Amino acid sequence: MTTRLQLSDMKRFSAAGKAFAFLIPSSSVIGLDDLSAALLDGFKDGPRNPATVVDALAERFSRDDLVEGLSELHQTGAVTTPEHAATIPVYKQTEAAPLSTLVLNVTNKCNLSCKYCYEYGEDKLTAPATSAATRFMDEATAFESVDFLLQRGAHLPRLTLTFFGGETLLNFKVVSATVEYARRRAREAGKTIDFSLTTNATLLTEEIVGFLTGNHVGVTISIDGPKDLQDRFRTYSNGEGSYDRILPRIKALLKNHRTRPVGARVTLTSQVMDVVRIFDHLTEEIGFYEVGFAPVTTSANTLYSIQNAGFDSMLDQFTNLSRRYLDRALKGEYMGFSNMTDQLQEIHTGVTKSYACGAGLGLLGVSPTGDIALCHRFVDSPDHKLGNIRTGLDEEKRHDFNRRTHLSNKAECHTCWVRGMCSGGCYHEAQVRYGDIGHANLHYCDWIRGWIDVCLHTYAEIAEKTPSFFDRFDERQGVGVPA
Amino acid sequence: MRHLKAVNRKARRIEQLMTANGDVYALAQGPAGGGQTTPHYPMGCSLVFSPGWEVDSAGGTAGLCQPVERDLYDCYITCFWPAQVPDHLNNYPDWTKKCGAAAKDWRNIDLVFP
Ligand code: SF4
Ligand code: SF4
Repeated sequence: MTTRLQLSDMKRFSAAGKAFAFLIPSSSVIGLDDLSAALLDGFKDGPRNPATVVDALAERFSRDDLVEGLSELHQTGAVTTPEHAATIPVYKQTEAAPLSTLVLNVTNKCNLSCKYCYEYGEDKLTAPATSAATRFMDEATAFESVDFLLQRGAHLPRLTLTFFGGETLLNFKVVSATVEYARRRAREAGKTIDFSLTTNATLLTEEIVGFLTGNHVGVTISIDGPKDLQDRFRTYSNGEGSYDRILPRIKALLKNHRTRPVGARVTLTSQVMDVVRIFDHLTEEIGFYEVGFAPVTTSANTLYSIQNAGFDSMLDQFTNLSRRYLDRALKGEYMGFSNMTDQLQEIHTGVTKSYACGAGLGLLGVSPTGDIALCHRFVDSPDHKLGNIRTGLDEEKRHDFNRRTHLSNKAECHTCWVRGMCSGGCYHEAQVRYGDIGHANLHYCDWIRGWIDVCLHTYAEIAEKTPSFFDRFDERQGVGVPA
Repeated sequence: MRHLKAVNRKARRIEQLMTANGDVYALAQGPAGGGQTTPHYPMGCSLVFSPGWEVDSAGGTAGLCQPVERDLYDCYITCFWPAQVPDHLNNYPDWTKKCGAAAKDWRNIDLVFP
C-alpha cells in the first residue's frame, strides 16, 4: 500500500506578484516558489501518490528539488497524510484558566441616551436595577474585585483592570480610589497592572485628565464622528446632541494625556456608515491616535441594524482605508486604523483560536453589585451570571459557557477558512441575534471573510516589500479595549 | 527552507522547529556556512513516501510508515549511516541515480559490490 498525500486546508492567494498560501490549521503564511506551487497544484484533485506528482513534474524541475520541495511542504503542514489531516480542535475542559483582564462596570447608569445602546435599548439583556445602590459600584466591591484579579491571575506577571459603564466617569471617585488600591496591591504582589477605561467624554475635567495621565490609564472614547453623525444617535435624554460638549474636552485630553495613546471607538449603524469621512475627521481634525470601528450589536429588525448592503458598503470603505494603510506602511509609517492593525497583528502572530474571545476564560466582567459575568457586556444579565466577587466564581457554569462557545460546537464554522481567527464571533452579538451565546454569527460571515481577505493580502504585500514594518508588532501588546 | 518562505511569525516558528528537529535535507548537504551541524536524530517520519526512519515519534518502530527493513534508501540519502548502506558521499555517489521516487523506483537501486 502506498501512502498518499493530500493538501491541508489552505487558502492560496497572490500579492505583490507573488504566490502565497495561508495554511488554515496553523494560520501560517508561506510564500511559494514555482516548484512548490506546482507541487501543490499536483494535489488539487485529492489524495495522490506523491511519486506520481513528482513524476508528472520531472520534466520541469529536477527530481532532487521536487523531493526537497515536497519535504518542505510536508514539514510545514501544507500537505499531509489523510489520517493527519487537520480536524477541528475538540473541546477540553480548561481548569482554572488564569484571569488576565477584569472589567469593572463601575456603574450601569449613563448620562447619554444613545439610541442604539445595548445596555438600555430594545436589546438589553439586563434585569432592571432595583435601587440606586445597585447602579454604582462601591469601593469595597471594587477593591474586592482587584483582590480577585490578583488571586486568579497569580501566575501572570501583567494584569489588566478596565473600567467600563454605563458612563464610567459618573463613578470617578471609585475609579480613582481603585486605581490607587490596585497599584499598591500589585506592587506588594510584584506584578504590573495596566489600567484602561472607556468613556463618552462628556464628564472629562482637568482634574480627571491629570489623573489619567499620571496613572498611565489607557483611554478609549466612544464617539461617532463629525457633528452630524455624532448627534444622530449619541444624544442626551432630551434629544440634544453631545458633540459640542465633548469636542473641547477631547481636545484637552488629547493635548495633555501624553502617557498612553488615546483611541476612538465608533459604532457603525445603517445610518452612520461614512467610515472614511469619520476616520479623517477623528484623526486629522480631532487628533486621535487610533480609531476603531464596530458595527452596532442589535437584533436584525431595528432600524439602525446593518443589513447586507450595509456590510458591503462597510467593506468597500474599510478596503479604501486599507489601501491608505498599505501606502503608509510601505513608507514605514503607521496609520491608526485599529481594525486593520488588530487583524494584521493576528495574522502576523498566526493566531488559531478555538474561542472567539477571552470572555469566560482570561476575561470576566463584574457588575456594580459584584456579580461576575462572562464579560462586561453580560453584566447584570441574570442568565449569564457566574457567581459573585465575594462568594467566588461558579466554575461549573463557566465550564458550561466555555463548552457552548467552543468552536467544536459551531458546525457552520468548521469549513470556513477564517475559523482560526473569527471562531464564530462575539458571544454577546450571538445572544442578541440568536438568543444563544454559542451560535455562530452567521449574519456577518461574508463581511468577516471579506475583511480578513483584504487584511491577508495587505499583510503579504507589506511582508514582501517592507518586512521591517512588522517589527513593531512583535513588541505591541494586544490592547484589549472592550467594545 | 529553499522552496517556501516563512512569512508570518507562526510560519517562522514552524521553520525553526523543522531546523531544530534536524532538517534532514540540510544535513545531507553538509554543514551550512561552515558552522557545526546539529546532530541528526530523526524522530518519526518526515517524508511519507520515504521508507521509514529508524524510530517513530514514540521511539519505537511500530509507528513507522513502512517496515523498518525498508529504510535502506533513506539511510543513504538523508541520514549518514554509512555502515549499513553504500555511502554516497565518497564511494557510491550514483548508487540511487536510477531511483527517482523511492516508492516507485526502489527496484532500480544499484547493487554494490564493495
Ligand atoms: S466567518 Fe462565519 S462561518 Fe466563518 S468562523 Fe466566522 S462565524 Fe464562523
Ligand atoms: S467579543 Fe463579545 S463576548 Fe467577547 S468579550 Fe467582547 S463583547 Fe464580550
